Amino acid sequence: MKILVCVTSVPDTTTKISFTDNNTKLNRAGVQYITGPYDDYALSRAVELKEQHGGTVTVLNVGEADTEPVIRKCLAIGADDAIRVNADPTDAFFVAEQIAAIARENAYDLILMGRESIDYNGGQVHGIVGEMLGLPSISPVMKLDIEGSKARITREIEGGKDELEATLPLVLGCQEPIAEWKIPNMRGIMSARTKPLKVVEPAGNDTLTKVAGYELPPPRGAVRMIPAEEAETLISLLRTEAKVL
Amino acid sequence: MISEIEENQDLIVRTVRDFATRHIEPFVREWDEKQYFPLEVMQQLGQLGLLGVLVPEAYGGAGLGYREYVGVIAEISRVDGSIGLSVAAHNSLCTNHILLFGNEDQKQRFLPQLASGEFIGAWGLTEPNTGSDAGNMRTTATRDGTHWILNGSKNFITHGKSGHVAVVIARTADPNTSHNATAFIVERGTPGFSAGKKEDKLGMRASETAEMIFQDCRIPDANRLGEVGDGFIQSLKVLDGGRISIAALSLGIAQGAFGHALRYAQERQQFGQAIARFQAIGFKLADLATEIEAARLLTYQAADLKDAGKAVTREAAMAKLFASEVAVKAANEAVQIFGGYGFTKDFPVEKYYRDAKLCTIGEGTSEIQRLVISRQLLK
Ligand SMILES: Cc1cc2nc3c(=O)[nH]c(=O)nc-3n(C[C@H](O)[C@H](O)[C@H](O)COP(=O)(O)OP(=O)(O)OC[C@H]3O[C@@H](n4cnc5c(N)ncnc54)[C@H](O)[C@@H]3O)c2cc1C
Repeated sequence: MKILVCVTSVPDTTTKISFTDNNTKLNRAGVQYITGPYDDYALSRAVELKEQHGGTVTVLNVGEADTEPVIRKCLAIGADDAIRVNADPTDAFFVAEQIAAIARENAYDLILMGRESIDYNGGQVHGIVGEMLGLPSISPVMKLDIEGSKARITREIEGGKDELEATLPLVLGCQEPIAEWKIPNMRGIMSARTKPLKVVEPAGNDTLTKVAGYELPPPRGAVRMIPAEEAETLISLLRTEAKVL
Repeated sequence: MISEIEENQDLIVRTVRDFATRHIEPFVREWDEKQYFPLEVMQQLGQLGLLGVLVPEAYGGAGLGYREYVGVIAEISRVDGSIGLSVAAHNSLCTNHILLFGNEDQKQRFLPQLASGEFIGAWGLTEPNTGSDAGNMRTTATRDGTHWILNGSKNFITHGKSGHVAVVIARTADPNTSHNATAFIVERGTPGFSAGKKEDKLGMRASETAEMIFQDCRIPDANRLGEVGDGFIQSLKVLDGGRISIAALSLGIAQGAFGHALRYAQERQQFGQAIARFQAIGFKLADLATEIEAARLLTYQAADLKDAGKAVTREAAMAKLFASEVAVKAANEAVQIFGGYGFTKDFPVEKYYRDAKLCTIGEGTSEIQRLVISRQLLK
């Protein structure tokens, strides 16, 4: 089985967010980058499937050279090789176009990715990739098993779960608890250094959206503690100050 | 562009941080209060390759150097010094003694299990009456055909109770003669070997410290490490590396305490501003940051020299002395910056304050480090 796992390099969840260039770009100074947490789950499941069924796991990232530590970590966790499309991942369409271009050159049985990146949270890439390749795309997948050429999938839906069966190849957006979250071991880290990481130039330049500006949410207000026995005070504050009642 | 070595180091450190955040941090207080030694976490650390950091891959280890090892110990200790201490003692005392002085058969028999965490290792030099003065130990080993018979006891031994394998140094010739000690590998379950009291400690409470007792304990000569009479000299060499471990442990504790203090100082408001804005607090932070940086540089210098195969007795002692005193100071100032909250168990810094103190005592007190350094200067 050939599996492609698409990963994002995103700011660590504890990053203090600020902007530059007239509020159109994230201020990257001092930001620690991590693999997108949902992508991490996709990769972990890919590695488990490889252990069960054999095959290869290739990691794909659309990003500039500074994303390579994130790619190396994926190799350390158990991917066999990696491809980096050397470009700033400007929007979902552009990224999907790159993934589709790589997928057209290689017959993957599964194309896995996180259900969304945790920086812009678009959650669109898997859908666009599926459309471009003419393959079914399903998200958010919380359970995935393979039997022959069939995939058994559990997808989260509003208020419940959806059990699906589909024939490979497929494009899937993943989330927990699809796999046990993996931490690389020291040997994996050492062997990652010698695994192939191929850098390719982007296949097109069709950015369909452009960021006009970002705005931070208003800062969180201070906490006011109200003793349990003063419920009336709470209600009156909710009326007069918070104005939510 | 960062170098490959730095990128690797960064990935190792981040991996350890990920593990510590998920599998250690949530339990720190509970383990501390219950004095619970989490064997299962040690085994998980083994699966990640963190219990055989310096062991070559051929023996199932990670095959890394001291630079990476320092990063591992410091990163664990930033979250929990107890686990840092246990990982340090396992790697650099027990495992390293067998790696450095074991014969091929001994390495094959013990290193893979120690590196994988299947076996937890202990190392026994200290005795009730001989700590700093370890050369005068009373535990004896007498030859009996193809065996040795051990009698005596060792105390303050990390993993003295739960350890599966211990390297034990015992006297094999008259006291006050040179070359009078020999090192042996003792397996748990060997008749005549038992664990005594587990210490109830000020800090490092999740790291097990216990007594090991030997009563006519028969050890095959095949478990003797190196030559008869070389045990004490071997120990000093093991401790040269061990001191880099304790320097790393100290560094991690200092960084952990400082990190909490830095954050708190920016959040806590008094007199209408963050307390970090008061020069008295700002300067404390500046001094700590500077001293921690110096401790870090000394520790990595010793690690790099060791990796380059150079003599490190002086540099390792300097790193251990300085970093351990910085750890105590950083933890002390962190409690001060937290004020009354720092004195309570609801905030993390009081634990650093208790844990840090071990660093100026274990594997040679600060006084003994000064003795080692001055002897190196005056020789
Ligand atoms: C948590 C913990 C874990 C430990 N783990 C291990 C382990 O795994 N294996 C092991 O073998 N040991 C272990 N030890 C023992 C530790 O290494 C000793 O406690 C340490 O070496 C000091 O010995 P001591 O406690 O007997 O103190 P002493 O040697 O009695 O020292 C008491 C004081 O006298 C000072 N002093 C002694 N001699 C001199 C001198 N010549 N000049 C100036 N001052 C001097 C010391 O610096 C100290 O301040 C551990 C200890 C602890 C607390």
